[in-house]
Amino acid sequence: MPVSWRFLSRFSRPLVGVALVLGLSACTSDLPQTTLYPKGTSASLVHDLLQPIFWTAVAVFVIVEGLLVYSVARFRSRRDPKAIPFQLHGNTPLEIAWTIAPAIVLGIIFFLTVSTINAVGDLPKSANAINVRVIGHQWWWEFQYPDLKLVTASDMHIPAGQTVAYTLESVDVIHSFWVPQLGGKTDLIPGHINKGSFSADQPGEFFGQCAEFCGQQHAQMRFHVIADTAADFQAWVKNQQSLPPALAGKAKDGADLFAKIGCAGCHTIAGTNAIGLVGPNLTHFGSRNTIAAGVLANTPDNLRAWLRDPEKVKPGNDMSAFMTTTVKGWGASAGQNIDLLVEYLTSLK
Amino acid sequence: MTTYVGSLHVTERRRYSLMDWVMTVDHKKIGILYIVTAFAFFLIGGIEAMLMRTQLAVSNNTFLNGELYNQIFTMHGTTMVFLAIMPLNVGFGNYIVPLMIGARDMAFPRLNAFSYWLFLFGGLFMYTSFVAGGAPNAGWFSYAPLTEAQFSPTHGMDYWVLGLQLIGIASLAGSVNFIVTILNMRAPGMNFNRLPLFVWMTLVTSFLLIFAFPSVTVAITLLFFDRQLGTNFYLAKMGGDPLLWQHLFWFFGHPEVYIMILPAMGIISEVLPTFARKPIFGYTFVAYSGVAIGFLGFTVWAHHMFAVGMPPIVNIAFSLSSMLIGVPTGVKIFNWIGTLWGGNLNLKTAMWFAIGFIAMFIIGGISGIFLAAPPVDFQITDTYFVVAHLHYVLFGGTILGLFAGFYYWIPKMTGRMLSEKLGMIHFWLVMTGFNLTFLPMHLLGFEGMPRRIYTYHDGMGWDIWNFIETIGVFTIALGVLVFLWNLWISLRAGEHAGNDPWDGATLEWKIPSPPASYNFAVIPVVHSRRPFWDEKYGGHDVTIPWHAEPSAGADGGEHHGRHFHMPSPSLYPAILAFGLLIVMFGLLYMKDLPALDPLPMNPLGIIAGVLVMAYAIAGWQGEVSAGK
Ligand code: HEC
Ligand SMILES: [Cu+2]
Ligand SMILES: [Cu+2]
Repeated sequence: MPVSWRFLSRFSRPLVGVALVLGLSACTSDLPQTTLYPKGTSASLVHDLLQPIFWTAVAVFVIVEGLLVYSVARFRSRRDPKAIPFQLHGNTPLEIAWTIAPAIVLGIIFFLTVSTINAVGDLPKSANAINVRVIGHQWWWEFQYPDLKLVTASDMHIPAGQTVAYTLESVDVIHSFWVPQLGGKTDLIPGHINKGSFSADQPGEFFGQCAEFCGQQHAQMRFHVIADTAADFQAWVKNQQSLPPALAGKAKDGADLFAKIGCAGCHTIAGTNAIGLVGPNLTHFGSRNTIAAGVLANTPDNLRAWLRDPEKVKPGNDMSAFMTTTVKGWGASAGQNIDLLVEYLTSLK
Repeated sequence: MTTYVGSLHVTERRRYSLMDWVMTVDHKKIGILYIVTAFAFFLIGGIEAMLMRTQLAVSNNTFLNGELYNQIFTMHGTTMVFLAIMPLNVGFGNYIVPLMIGARDMAFPRLNAFSYWLFLFGGLFMYTSFVAGGAPNAGWFSYAPLTEAQFSPTHGMDYWVLGLQLIGIASLAGSVNFIVTILNMRAPGMNFNRLPLFVWMTLVTSFLLIFAFPSVTVAITLLFFDRQLGTNFYLAKMGGDPLLWQHLFWFFGHPEVYIMILPAMGIISEVLPTFARKPIFGYTFVAYSGVAIGFLGFTVWAHHMFAVGMPPIVNIAFSLSSMLIGVPTGVKIFNWIGTLWGGNLNLKTAMWFAIGFIAMFIIGGISGIFLAAPPVDFQITDTYFVVAHLHYVLFGGTILGLFAGFYYWIPKMTGRMLSEKLGMIHFWLVMTGFNLTFLPMHLLGFEGMPRRIYTYHDGMGWDIWNFIETIGVFTIALGVLVFLWNLWISLRAGEHAGNDPWDGATLEWKIPSPPASYNFAVIPVVHSRRPFWDEKYGGHDVTIPWHAEPSAGADGGEHHGRHFHMPSPSLYPAILAFGLLIVMFGLLYMKDLPALDPLPMNPLGIIAGVLVMAYAIAGWQGEVSAGK
């Protein structure tokens, strides 16, 4: 990116904010998915390209709409609607000029676009990049850290300031991985492995959401990227790598129930017999922020609601049919059993 | 054989029976059928839009559930593209093109009727899905593998695929008809340098369609094989590739954008000069930029796919071609403004809509440049920014252009003027509502709101804009109601239009409103680009020499006896289309009916349809050989 645009962008950013947000207060926490306040290198590069394009667009808009409005105001029929004006058929030099003018403007934008594409390609490939395998499922996100030997869902922890190199795969239909404040989106396509990278400038929590229509609950396929300080990230990794502690009491009963009724067929919990791969890995479910890919905050009450009737919380999801039969089979003891499961799952910190 | 005795100023004033409409092969009646049917579908698509906007008015809304919302947005897009905009263009083309080129009908009148019936049946067929187990729900772009049987097990997608086949055949037949008509049926002297721009754009559109539609025909045929016969064209696990669908679809889908907008550009290229009372500025540039757009339109399809992970060099190439296509588009805008410049602008409703087209299309063009830059596209593709962009092109552009066409040509079609007063209310309501609905979407896109989501959480900063947008869509609806009201009262008691209410330049204004079934008692001879204008005002024209009204005998004596042959009405086109409809139902349910040993399916429906088609073809052939 040419330095001058960087320079310009520093001054114009608030202006763009004003222009685009039309006076609405635009502090980042109000707009967790905005692209206009980038918080990472890759998103910033895009934003730097957006500046000149935006201002060119504004200029073109003002000039062309201005010409249009002016000619309507100036030449509207005032006296004799039947009067016949000068019958001008065209003006070739003028027309050639206004063919060339947009070509030049577009040529400049194209040049800037290509330099940004190259700049994104040239982002330093640090050797200590964190590798994450992102796997799309209808309708939740799985995050595998192959080097760290851990698997999680919905919350993607990364160390702030460090490059994250991710690969994108899908087990079913096409999804699209997008964290607006950190970078642009890339699709997850069955049979293809796409790659991308980003890094967060500062610690913080960034919202992401599936951006390619993927069926009934496409709207409810959210995730969060949580950028930790180096120390926090190390602590998180350590915790995620650990096995669940020994259980006692209700939590233990919950664990037995979990193993008995078939949850294990779809979910994995490390250190137990649960090795299912259909649903999210629950080994450290209690440490996550949301349930069912961002539909509900992860509280015991919400978890209870989810287990009692996942179909109501997120219609069409893959766990519904199983849960409906199970809860029906439990009859009167359903509440009790669900309490046990909640006890168990919340203990999986 | 039906023989009409024509005289220049006689208009048939009779009420048509239902059978007259079903059997008609008159391009004008078929045009009206197209327009009325397509407008009905436009209203349905609009109702779907209102349902969606009601759901999205506030966060966490439960007015529609995800499944229903997805069906509705799929049918909204499909309806507006295939059942409203395209057939509205075809309807105006049908009515106006033969009049503009001084012809008595389309080249193939029966094929024309066949196209119409196929389009109607295709639309009804798709809508049957709502009551037959669920509408298609994978979006108008229907990305595989979501559309495969395992992810979309209802018959909705089958309805979509087979309905699109019907509509595709209708469109292809219609395009062939337009091309042959425009190439072969022009009045003497109507050379390509004099062809009205609406005819030019219809010609370009027809060629685009012929080259683009087969691509999606292949795509949906393969999808049907996958779904019903167990092939794996789009299934990665079995060696297929979902991206095949995207390439095939967008190879059609991008030219489709121009198929939808070029005719509307043609309309306003007629309306602007008429109401500016001067010729189009730079006729050749406008015509050839249309051709250029047509060619370039085939080189940009992958700009819909920047985010699928193509190598940077591919993205750069498609970025370049996409920006390139902005050049001929910009040229058109400048030429339209040049047409206004120095004119004596009669700001009638038709003119306002044409001006509105330019004003809104500028925005749609500019937002397109954002999307043509891949890095920016990575951020805003599949967000509401794209929804804004495409509606500024297709609503702000095409629909406003079509409304211009309505106000401009309805007097010709019906003999009645629409109310200007209601017209202005209609215009300003639609303009206000349109911008309320779609302007904030640009911002929502930048604020990260993805498309095609049936709900969103609060706290995203999206609430207020979504609420405003919902108000906007109901404002548009109010405007459209005013238009319907205008039609209702004006067609009964509107002012009489006379032949030439706007002091027009092209041939259709020379003949009565509505025209006689044979259009021209005497085929006119054309000496200039604005034959009728020059006939009226020859002296004012500075560059094109004035020619007198064609004198008797100038058209080779065809009018001497004033007898000419018009094709007679026929029921067979409708029957043929109906037969094809049965075939589609047969295909759709071939695996649901009890299988007929030894086949693994039941082909009876298909056979029944084929028999009906054979009967219709035989009857049709009989009429042709009998010289009707
Ligand atoms: C048929 C497979 C299947 C079975 C059996 C199943 N689940 Fe699930 N589960 C899923 C899927 C799929 C999801 C993700 C749903 C979504 O977000 O779309 C899920 C999500 C969850 C979640 C939320 C996880 C998160 O990170 O958001 C919890 C908790 C959970 N299941 C618990 C259970 C329990 C307890 C049982 C047994 C009573 C069970 N599941 C049985 C498939 C299953
Ligand atoms: Cu999705
Ligand atoms: Cu396109």
